[in-house]
This record gives sequence, structure tokens and C-alpha cells, in this order.
Amino acid sequence: MTNTKHWGSPGALLAALVAIAPAACAHGTATQNAQTGAQTENEPQAAGQSDEQIEALYLARTDSAQMRFTEADVRFMTGMIGHHAQALVMAGLAPTHDASPSLDILCARIINAQKDEIAGMQLWLSDRGQPVPEVDIHGTTMMVHGPDYAMHMPGMLTQEQLDELDAARGEDFDRLFLTFMIQHHQGAVTMVEELLATDGAGQDEAAFKLASDIQADQRAEIDRMEIMLEAISGGTDGAEAPGSGL
Amino acid sequence: MTESHIATKEETTMGFIPLKSRPASRTPGSFRSLLLTAGLLGAFGCASTSATSDTGAGQATPTAAAQPSMPEAETATTPHSDPRVGLGAGLMDAEEAVWNLRMVSQTPPPEAFVGVSNSDLAFTGNYAIQGNYNGIQVWDISDPSNPSLVIGYVCPASQSDVSIYENLLFVSGEGLSGRLDCGSEGVREAVSHHRLRGIRIFDVTDIRNPEYIANVQTCRGSHTHTVLKDPNDDENVYIYVSGSASVRPEEELPGCSDLSPAEDPNSALFRIEVIKVPLAHPEQAAIVSSPRIFNDLAAPPQHGPAPDDLAEIEEARARGQYVVEIQGTPRVMPDRMAAAMLDSIVQARDGSGAATADDSAALRDYLPILIAEMMAARGADDEPTGPTQCHDITVYPAIGLAGGACGGYGLLLDIRDPVNPKRIGAVSDSNFSYWHSATFNNDGSKLLFTDEWGGGGQPKCRATDPVEWGANAIFTVENREMQFKSYYKLPAPQTSAENCVAHNGSLIPIPGRDVMVQGWYQGGISVFDWTDAANPVEIAFHDRGPVDPTRMRMGGSWSVYWYNGVIVNSEIARGLDIFELVPSEFLSENEIAAANTVRLSYLNAQGQPQFVWPASFALAGAYLDQLERSNGLASANIASARQALADAEGKSGSARSDALNKLAAELAHGASGSRDAKRVQMLAEAVQELASA
Repeated sequence: MTNTKHWGSPGALLAALVAIAPAACAHGTATQNAQTGAQTENEPQAAGQSDEQIEALYLARTDSAQMRFTEADVRFMTGMIGHHAQALVMAGLAPTHDASPSLDILCARIINAQKDEIAGMQLWLSDRGQPVPEVDIHGTTMMVHGPDYAMHMPGMLTQEQLDELDAARGEDFDRLFLTFMIQHHQGAVTMVEELLATDGAGQDEAAFKLASDIQADQRAEIDRMEIMLEAISGGTDGAEAPGSGL
Repeated sequence: MTESHIATKEETTMGFIPLKSRPASRTPGSFRSLLLTAGLLGAFGCASTSATSDTGAGQATPTAAAQPSMPEAETATTPHSDPRVGLGAGLMDAEEAVWNLRMVSQTPPPEAFVGVSNSDLAFTGNYAIQGNYNGIQVWDISDPSNPSLVIGYVCPASQSDVSIYENLLFVSGEGLSGRLDCGSEGVREAVSHHRLRGIRIFDVTDIRNPEYIANVQTCRGSHTHTVLKDPNDDENVYIYVSGSASVRPEEELPGCSDLSPAEDPNSALFRIEVIKVPLAHPEQAAIVSSPRIFNDLAAPPQHGPAPDDLAEIEEARARGQYVVEIQGTPRVMPDRMAAAMLDSIVQARDGSGAATADDSAALRDYLPILIAEMMAARGADDEPTGPTQCHDITVYPAIGLAGGACGGYGLLLDIRDPVNPKRIGAVSDSNFSYWHSATFNNDGSKLLFTDEWGGGGQPKCRATDPVEWGANAIFTVENREMQFKSYYKLPAPQTSAENCVAHNGSLIPIPGRDVMVQGWYQGGISVFDWTDAANPVEIAFHDRGPVDPTRMRMGGSWSVYWYNGVIVNSEIARGLDIFELVPSEFLSENEIAAANTVRLSYLNAQGQPQFVWPASFALAGAYLDQLERSNGLASANIASARQALADAEGKSGSARSDALNKLAAELAHGASGSRDAKRVQMLAEAVQELASA
């Protein structure tokens, strides 16, 4: 074993402690990194560590990666949970409001996607010891227990808009839903852009990934909803067929 | 939807709810704007038929296919009770299920990389280069049962997508914490000159000692990238950069703008970046073009309608419906829109009641003028629509095409001019969330796109997740047009503690078939045959239980690629796995041996190589096995051909050549009588080549 500089400890505990330092303590120039990172050929890769030792190192490293967050990241996650919750309220209306089949599919997908993302953001917050908002939805009433910045977030519908949506049926519902959800998604994209323009934000890779994925998915969904909305005016139901040519 | 009805006042005005993203000029109140609003996106042409005939390409996909269905836990081809269900959890000691594969080795990451995500793979010679959010790891895989680490090079950046060409290694950096100096401390300032977002270039002439020689910074960073080696240019390689994250502030990288192209022609949105790397002077690598391959993406189809569509249009015309021609494509105007326009004409002459024949004739005369005005007005004040970037682009230089997986669209690109890729086709799909990556089959007649629904961090393979969502979509490519054929999704349901969705894979060079291996994150790896584009079938798999039974932790197969006889898997949390194919009823020993005769000097999976099979007895045997499986030849003929091959293999020199030539002639002669004549012909040619080998 040649690479004993940092990792020579036989004990998983020590390995775990060392792991809290940034990986391999390698800063500075690329050349130095190459040297610190270099290992001799034909060495066992984890320097002969047992599964348990690797796991301890893994847990320590993933824990330490959770120490890079900022208040802006926390505010984003907390707010986005409430923001997503409103999307669930809106999409949850589709089955009872005579939505078209293509809108039903869109809403089912939004519910599936945003429920999972809420769970991911809740996990992100709890991993970092932050208060976790819990979401409770009854009809168009949404309760977010715990910290809730959502109503100050861009793109959120007013209660009047929600009521208007709730009162609509059929094609009216489709049109209002798409209009409001485009507004709502654009708000989420704005939230991501604002987060990433903040000093210190997005250094936590999990936060960067969650935020970037939300932005990429919702941009694509805005495109899709705009096509659907324009199609309503044209009298189709706006469904893109599988693999439809454009 | 098929019935026609007369528009009421309410309905005609409903089209005018302004969109925030649309310029005001799109929402005036004349009947002309009605057509503008409806027609620009090309949606109305088939409104009176069905949503599915709005495909433009004319494929006759049943509407039902657009409805998501619940997945089945098993398919006919996987083992009866799928062993992937209920596997025990663990980081290094998870339970595993494997079928028709043999795990040759699994190697944990070097310490500096434990607990940090592994990402993509590239290959050169005997080396596998594995990206990691902490840098790169170079593995010597000349002994696949015992890969050895050559170097772990710490230089953090997400996602560290890697590619290699000769002595140059390219690495993507997208996130906000990547540093020019490879430091691990991140970059706290929103504007900083220490930040790297773009492409790092290393000289790996001595692979034990990579030398960091250059960077190319880009406005959106590099989520992934694609190295294009143009067959007609030996002095440069080109890099197509895909970056889906936010645009950097101009103070950090001059010239970066996230305004819309209408406001700023140099906007970093709605384009890709092309970097030219002079091989003799890689330090001079620079962006040479920023093609706007998405322009007018929402335009009506450029290709003509299929015969069925034309027949429908003629029927509509005969019924008295209005048919307009937009960019050369005839389209039926929806009845309610026609009614609204007629209503406007009646009102314009201060009339009332039903439209007269004169009104109708006036409308017919006016429609072409209206369309011409509408097309002329387009573009000037129109927000661009469609994606602002691609997620990944797979180039296939041997056929001059690329598949672009770009936000809500799958694109077909002509890349014969590497600096100026041109879009020649586009598809969209209501079941697809986020077009992620593309793979051609070897002859370029098919193209498979993946949908990374949820971005890879979400559990999209639960029993409750529809099989069309987060799946692959398989298209045929004929005359440069894409036709949807089917979806393929990992057939075994996974738990909610396992991130799972379609991800990276590559072809396995099984001759005469389209076989691919693909990573599904914690869904494991799946090998499937998509020779029949409409009916993909799983033929092998490997899966582990979740990293953690109690909660979601990122893990699983980021990328899995075939390279020179082995299948190499980059496991996000667990390291590097190497597999071999095991013969089964779906894949014979000859087919595997023939695949293993294909040798690549390097591989970037997004720069697809064309496989060529050297003459071998295994190749001929593989075709014979396939003919036996498909009943393409009578069993007596197969048996005699096998005997003739075995006899020839036992001979040498001219005796062998003569025997093989005789067999080749017999096979060629009998080919036309076979139900699988093309394959018999391939067999005859393989035997012929063997004779002269």
C-alpha cells in the first residue's frame, strides 16, 4: 500500500473522520492533484479496506458533502415545497373537472413528478437538520405546516385564480389550467435562476442537481403546455402522439 | 373530437387568452389572429381527424398508445418470477440478481472518490476512464477480473462527463463549484474568475500523468459533451457542448446573455456550442460556432403527408371543408375555426345569420393571402419556442447523422459539416418528459431516444409508474425521417428508495441484430434486443438492491458500455463493474464470440463507431444460429452447413478455401428460397470472406 498519506488508518472510524476533509485534501494545481491522487498500479483500489470500512467512509463523505449549503439553498427548498404543493392542488382537479385526456396525462405526470421532488426536497432539508415543511391538501385548500415562504414565490396563483380554475370545466378548465400552470412553472424557473445567482448557493451538489433538474424539466413542460394551449385554440385536443413528427 | 360543431361566441374568444411569454402581437382580435394563434404551431391541420394523425410523419399509431398504462412486473422473456424484485439493500453488500450475464469483477472506488458520484465512461486501449464529481479515475482493464487503478486525479466538477481522442481527454464541468485550479473548496461568489464551467482538456500522452493543458469556458457550462471526429478532417476534432443549467452572468464570462434571442441576438439560449480542437495545438481549442439548431422547431412539418393523410384531406375537401396549404403541406381547417371566420365575414358586411355561398367563396379566396401574410409576419416578432439546449447529442460520423436529445424534442441532425450541424427532423412525444440521450443501431436505420424523466434522482420505475414514462422510444429512420415504433422500459419494478429511469448505454456488436446494454441507475443494467423496432425484448440483466433500505440515496448504473468483449458499468456509489455475456436461448456462444472479434482502439459512446466484423468461423456460426432461431433455413440445411463449416475449419490452405467457397456458393444459391433471405445472404458473404481470409 503506497498511498498511505491520508488513508492509511486501519480503522473505519478514523477513515470516516479524515473523510470530512475535502476529498484527498487536494487543492492547488492540477499537477499536485495528479500526484496526490496517483496510486501505484496493481494496488487494491480501496487500499484493502473492508466493505464496512468503505461504507463508513461513504457515509462520512456523503454527510460532509451536506455541510456546504447556505441559507439561500434552504429558503429555495422550503419555498419550492410550497410551490410544488400548489401544482399538486391544481393538477389534482383534472379528474373532476372534465379535463381532456391529454391534460389528464399531463396532470398525472405533474403529480407524479412533483410529489417525488417534494420528497427529495424534504429529505434534503432533514439531512441538513433544517425544519421540514409538511404538505396537506384538501380540495383547493393547501396547508403547508412548518416554514412556508411559498406565497411570496414567483408564479404562485392567487386564491382568486385557484377559485376560477376550480369553477371551470372541460375545455375552459384545460385552457385555464395550461395558462396558470405555465405561469406557475415560469415562476419555478425564475426561482432557480434567482437561487443560482446568489453568492454561495448551489455549492451543495445535491441542491444544484435538484434545482437544475426542476428547471430543465419545467422548461420542457412549458414548451409542451404552450403547444397544447395553442392547439386548443385550433380545435385539437393538443395531444402529441407517441413520436409525433413536428 | 371528430364531430364538427359550430363555434359559439364564447368558444371563438377563448382562443385569445394572452400568454405571458407571447408578444402582444400574437393576440389581436381579428379573425386573422384566430388562424395565427391556431395555425402557427401546425396543430390544426388534422384537427378533424385525430390527435394521432397530427404526427406529420403519418405514422398510424393507435391513440391508445398515447395513454400510459400500468407496467407489468414481468414480461414473457424475463424469468417467471423476476428475481430483481425484493433484493436486499446495502452499499457494498446488497443482494444481486443476474441473468445471462457473468460479473467478472466489481471494484470499489479509490478512497478519494468514495461517497462522491461516479459518472460517465470513455475507453482507450486497455484503459477505462471513469468520471466522478471529484475528478477522473483511470483504470487498466487489460485483466477484466482485476481492474487496477492507474491514477485517480482529483479535480472536482459536475458531472465530469469524459471523452477521449488520441492523447486528449475532455472533461465536462457544469456546476457552480468547479474551479479552474481543480480545488475542492468550491466557488462561493456568484461571479468569480476562479470558476470553471465548460470543457477541461488534458494531455494524456502519459496516461499515468495527465497534464491539464486548457479550458474552454462556455455560457451554460457543460452538462455533457460529444466529441465528433469528422472522417474528412484529420487535423481537428469538434466538441458539441450540451449544457442545461443557468446562463452565467456576463461579468463572469463576457458575452453570456440569457435574454431571448429577440432581445439579444447573441443570447446563449436556443443554441448549442461547437468547439474546434486543433490536434496539433489543443491549447488553441475554442468555440467556433453556436448553431441555432432549434430555430422554427414548432413549425409545421417540412415533409409531405402520408398517403392516408392525403386521402383524408381530399375527403375533407369533398365534404366542403376548407383546406389551406402551409409551407407546402395541405391542412384541413377545423370546422369551428371556419365557422368563426365566416361569422366574422358576415359581420364585416353588416349581415347576420348564416354565411352565404358568397361569404364562403370570399373566405376561400382570402385564405391563401392570409396564410402568405401570416408566414411573412412570422419570425420578426415571434418568441422562439422549443428547447433552449440539448441534454446530449450522439454523433454517428460514418453516416453523417446525429441524434440530439434536446429538452422536449428528439432531433435528427446532419453533421457532414461539423461546424454547422443542420436539423433535418424532429419528434416530440406526450409520454416523454425530458429527451436525454440517443443511440443509433449499427446501420443507422433506427434511432433510440431515452427519457430521463425526473433527472435521474427520482424513483421512476415503481410498479405505479407507467411503462411509457421514463423509458426509451424507438424510431426507425427511413429517408432521414423518424417513425415511432415502440417504448422499452426496464421490466422489473423497483422500490421508491431506488432512483431509476432510462440512462446511458451502447450497442453490443452482435452481428445481424440490434442489441444494446443500458444503465437504469438503481434499476441496474438491462440488455435488450431491438432488431424488431416494434417489439424490443430483454435478454439479460443485472441488478442490486437499494443502497439504503430506509431512504433514497443516489446510486446505480450511470453508464454501461460494451468495449472489446466486456461490459463495463460505472456504478455511481459502488465503483466499477465488469461483466461478460453468457450464452442463452437468446444469444448463442457464436454470437458472443463474433461480437468479441470487433476491436475498438477507443470508444466514446456518444461518438458512435460503426462496427465491422472481420471474417471468422464464429461470425458464420452466429448467422447460422440466428437462422435456426428464426426458422430461416430448413434444419437439414442448417445441419449440413454446420458440418461443412466444421470440416473446413479442420482444413487449411486451399483445401479450406475451396470448401468454404463451395459452401458460400450453395448458400447464396439457396438464399432466395429462404424466408430470411437477407440473413442467408449475409451468411454466404461471411463464408465467402472467410474463404479469402
